[in-house]
Amino acid sequence: MTTSIASPFEYHSPETVEEASRLLSRYGGGARLLAGGHSLLPLMKLRLASPEALIDLGRIGGLSYIREDDGGLAIGAMTTYAEIVRSELAAAAAPALAEAAGEVADTPVRNAGTIGGSLAHADPAGDLPAVVLALDAELVARSARASRSIPADRFFRDFMTTALRGNEVLTEIRVPGQGASSGSAYAKLANKASHYAVVGVAAAVRVEDGVCTSARIGITGAGPHAVRSRRAERILVGKAPGESSIRAAAQRGGVELAGQFNEDVHASAEYREDMARVFTGRALAAAFERAMG
Amino acid sequence: MGHEITVTVNGKIYAGSVEPRLLLSQYLRDELNLTGTHVGCDTTSCGACSVLLNGRAVKSCNVLAVMADGSEVTTVEGLASGGEYHPIQRAFRDEHGLQCGFCTPGMMITAVDILSNNPQPTESEIRTGLRGNLCRCTGYHNIVKAVQSAAAELAS
Ligand SMILES: Cc1cc2nc3c(=O)[nH]c(=O)nc-3n(C[C@H](O)[C@H](O)[C@H](O)COP(=O)(O)OP(=O)(O)OC[C@H]3O[C@@H](n4cnc5c(N)ncnc54)[C@H](O)[C@@H]3O)c2cc1C
Ligand code: FES
Ligand code: FES
Repeated sequence: MTTSIASPFEYHSPETVEEASRLLSRYGGGARLLAGGHSLLPLMKLRLASPEALIDLGRIGGLSYIREDDGGLAIGAMTTYAEIVRSELAAAAAPALAEAAGEVADTPVRNAGTIGGSLAHADPAGDLPAVVLALDAELVARSARASRSIPADRFFRDFMTTALRGNEVLTEIRVPGQGASSGSAYAKLANKASHYAVVGVAAAVRVEDGVCTSARIGITGAGPHAVRSRRAERILVGKAPGESSIRAAAQRGGVELAGQFNEDVHASAEYREDMARVFTGRALAAAFERAMG
Repeated sequence: MGHEITVTVNGKIYAGSVEPRLLLSQYLRDELNLTGTHVGCDTTSCGACSVLLNGRAVKSCNVLAVMADGSEVTTVEGLASGGEYHPIQRAFRDEHGLQCGFCTPGMMITAVDILSNNPQPTESEIRTGLRGNLCRCTGYHNIVKAVQSAAAELAS
């Protein structure tokens, strides 16, 4: 047999989340959940991961959906990027999400990769982490016995490290209603080959009576994990949106990452720092245009 | 350790035991002898291995054969029906959408997916839609023309 994956592993295809969680506990850290496989299998081919067992979430019914939920959205963890791109509901309720999902990789990768896999994997160059931060989403994690909801801004902890516990399955992403006269957008500098974010910025804003009443900015690609750029957000709130406030906010885009900007073959730390500012400005301009348009 | 799977490939049902680490690309080529699905990179970069899995294009070098259990797969060998080429195949021939032909199976499969979502794509939608399929020969122009011509034929 020709193989590309060096180490053999056991394969499980549970039919419920509870069973998947019990399997995770049984292997005590030796097993990995498998969603679209588009981050995990490449790592296994490179021998950067060699799990004892894979627990395929693909046979669990009811994890793939996009529903209206209390004015916002509830999205099943196994929903693919392509399904998000095709959803009119997502386009209307969370344009930044639809925009970012459409910018991931390419047609076949978007048919396989899932929102849950993207968030759980927490690749520093993944697109969706920035979006769930800007949209103030809640991430629902379930184990065999319990369920809890984790705010996006407490989910991404470190380089490829999230708040999920060893026996938890991410099952749902809840995007709250963004309110009337709100707008969101995603802008990224894409790697020319893979299309991963060298830097990606999601912005969600609300404008009432000509004044910005809420602004959230999520930045990915730039540092070890996606972060909120609260200092840029603070500049905007309470002011009339316009070129000068956007420019002032963009100047602070990513300052939270000072000293931690990624440096690799794709871009230097200085370049990423600069692009964090540039793309914060672009995402904000697009989000305000939607909010006021 | 074997794992029993049943997969419908190009309308034919195949059942057998596979090792979990066997990739769908390897299953199609080595077990079913369907070598039209090409493996260019084995790193999910080139798109040559694209097949339709339940109607959607995926890169089969990054899907485990066990994940396809119970699914329907269409490879390039399954595009023609009743002795007639699929319109995308005719268009690639007529528009000279290939030279060496290595990327062609994946290009046509991804093009079928693009056209099923968006029957009248613009040139730029075709180019971005084919972003994950690499061609070292044609310079892409005739591939784009072929997809445009297939779109026109499918619409008429
Ligand atoms: C060629 C290529 C280009 C790409 N380009 C981009 C890009 O431009 N932008 C981008 O953002 N991404 C990109 N990706 C990554 C892609 O988006 C992945 O699909 C995604 O990051 C992971 O989703 P998945 O469903 O494939 O997860 P998997 O690979 O199956 O899983 C990833 C990790 O998350 C865990 N996991 C999965 N689902 C759950 C769950 N529900 N609960 C708990 N843990 C879970 C797994 O155990 C594993 O550790 C690219 C990938 C490839 C191969
Ligand atoms: S062989 Fe699968 S993408 Fe290149
Ligand atoms: S025709 Fe040769 S690689 Fe495309």
